[in-house]
Amino acid sequence: MTLVEFVDFSFKYLEADSLALKHINLKIDPGEYIVVTGPSGCGKTTLCRAINGLVPHFHRGYVGGHVYVDSKDTRNSEVAELATIAGLVFQDPSNQLVTLNVEKEIAFGPENLAVEPKEIRFRVEDLICRLKLEPLRDKHPHEMSGGEQQRVAMAATLALRPKILVADEPTSNLDPQSAQLILDLIADLNRQGMTVLLVEHRLDLVSNEASRLILMDKGSIVADGAPRDVLVQDLCQEIGVGIPKATQVYKQLKRRGVTLGRVPLTGKELAALVKEARQA
Amino acid sequence: MIQLDDVYYSYEGLYTALRGVSLEIEDGERVAIMGSNGAGKTTLIKHMNGLLRPQRGHVFLDGRDTRNLSVAEMARIVGLVFQSPDHQLFLDSVHKEVVFGLKNLGFTSEEIEDRCASTLEHLGLTGFAERSPFTLSGGERKRVALACVLATEPRVLALDEPTIGQDAQQKDRLAQLLLDLNQKERTVIVVTHDIEFVIEHFPRTVAMADGRIVADGSTSSVLSNDKVIELCSLAHPQVTLAAKALRQSFPEVPERITSMSQIEEVIMGLLEGGTYS
Repeated sequence: MTLVEFVDFSFKYLEADSLALKHINLKIDPGEYIVVTGPSGCGKTTLCRAINGLVPHFHRGYVGGHVYVDSKDTRNSEVAELATIAGLVFQDPSNQLVTLNVEKEIAFGPENLAVEPKEIRFRVEDLICRLKLEPLRDKHPHEMSGGEQQRVAMAATLALRPKILVADEPTSNLDPQSAQLILDLIADLNRQGMTVLLVEHRLDLVSNEASRLILMDKGSIVADGAPRDVLVQDLCQEIGVGIPKATQVYKQLKRRGVTLGRVPLTGKELAALVKEARQA
Repeated sequence: MIQLDDVYYSYEGLYTALRGVSLEIEDGERVAIMGSNGAGKTTLIKHMNGLLRPQRGHVFLDGRDTRNLSVAEMARIVGLVFQSPDHQLFLDSVHKEVVFGLKNLGFTSEEIEDRCASTLEHLGLTGFAERSPFTLSGGERKRVALACVLATEPRVLALDEPTIGQDAQQKDRLAQLLLDLNQKERTVIVVTHDIEFVIEHFPRTVAMADGRIVADGSTSSVLSNDKVIELCSLAHPQVTLAAKALRQSFPEVPERITSMSQIEEVIMGLLEGGTYS
């Protein structure tokens, strides 16, 4: 059964002159790990907002077509209802944090959904442990660094146990090791069955885990497939998307007449392919 | 020139963000400040334009102690771009935002329009001039915040995470703009986690961990040090990781490989010639 379906969905913000999304058709099945990328302003954030109903209920505008989330038409559903299915982590975490400390922040969502206190306590402690938030426990969110806020915002969203996690550049403010921590957690949750849609520019960090890569440009989906198949296309660089350096080296070598056995996504993989080629 | 001499700062006396930082940055340098989240990078650059004053130690701007300078005086010398554009933008059009700072600095209206137009063009924002920043995407708003400060061409530019949310093309444009300003003797300081951006464009790197400077020197020496990478929660670039993995099988692969062209030559050598020289 499809979890999210866009049917010829278009959207134009009230103040804008052009469409943010143009005739999007997209099916997301349970268990997928999808990365969405594209030049800034291509519609990635709008796509995220459309999945949990912020578009069109909070951000108003012209709507064409439909988005179905767990078979519910988002046009006729409340954001509060959709939020229990699709958990959204915003690009700027400071827009998302509302309480005075980490524990309250994580508990806030489930409390509003009337989850059992015992269960809330469990989720809070579990997420504090998994996201290494212990040192921040008593810190006010507005005293935290951007990266710390981002980890707290992620925890607060995961506490809702959404069916699909929609994360809009959730690691943009993080140092690479903290980013890896979040991405490992996301991959882990995905293996346990949570569907993931992640907006990300740093494809070197995420391509290896994702099952599918969607490339957007000017409000449309321009490529959709396995990460290796999408990243090797010249289209990526033409529209300004930075592909992993290992993939770039593969393409460059190919131009010079050397074709490695496969398209690499990481440095290690590139090295392994070179060793294979040398032994062959 | 910017000098920090044994600077300490803690937030409300609770959380110590800087623990004895000493640093000199000469006019015309390009310096990257790297480090883990919460290492004190943002606190450090806020000392450079007087948003924060040291609780212990001193900060000197052109030899003058910042305790005796007003924020207005310092803002003319050091332009700071925040990590989150929403802390900075407040007007209802991109044009008004960019013009605002220029007007405050007393440029002629002709010069204001010139600078505004060329900065917007450099940052790929032409066409957005009349839009409200709040209708733009996160990446676009970030570039508007950059444009506001870059247009004033301060002698020292301090940018907090300028590449966040930017695609490859926008990053290249931003780098070009920073290099152009640097050519005009502007000092450029960035706080960033983007190691590839630093390797490509910044000759000097200051690495911070836990409120202290743990390494300061040429980017290639600082960032090829595994200990620094670990302490600062950084990650080696993919090409460096590929070279490390290759070196395990082929000892002739040189150390300190950081660029694509280097790794490409190494691989061509390995595959074509047998031994790499």
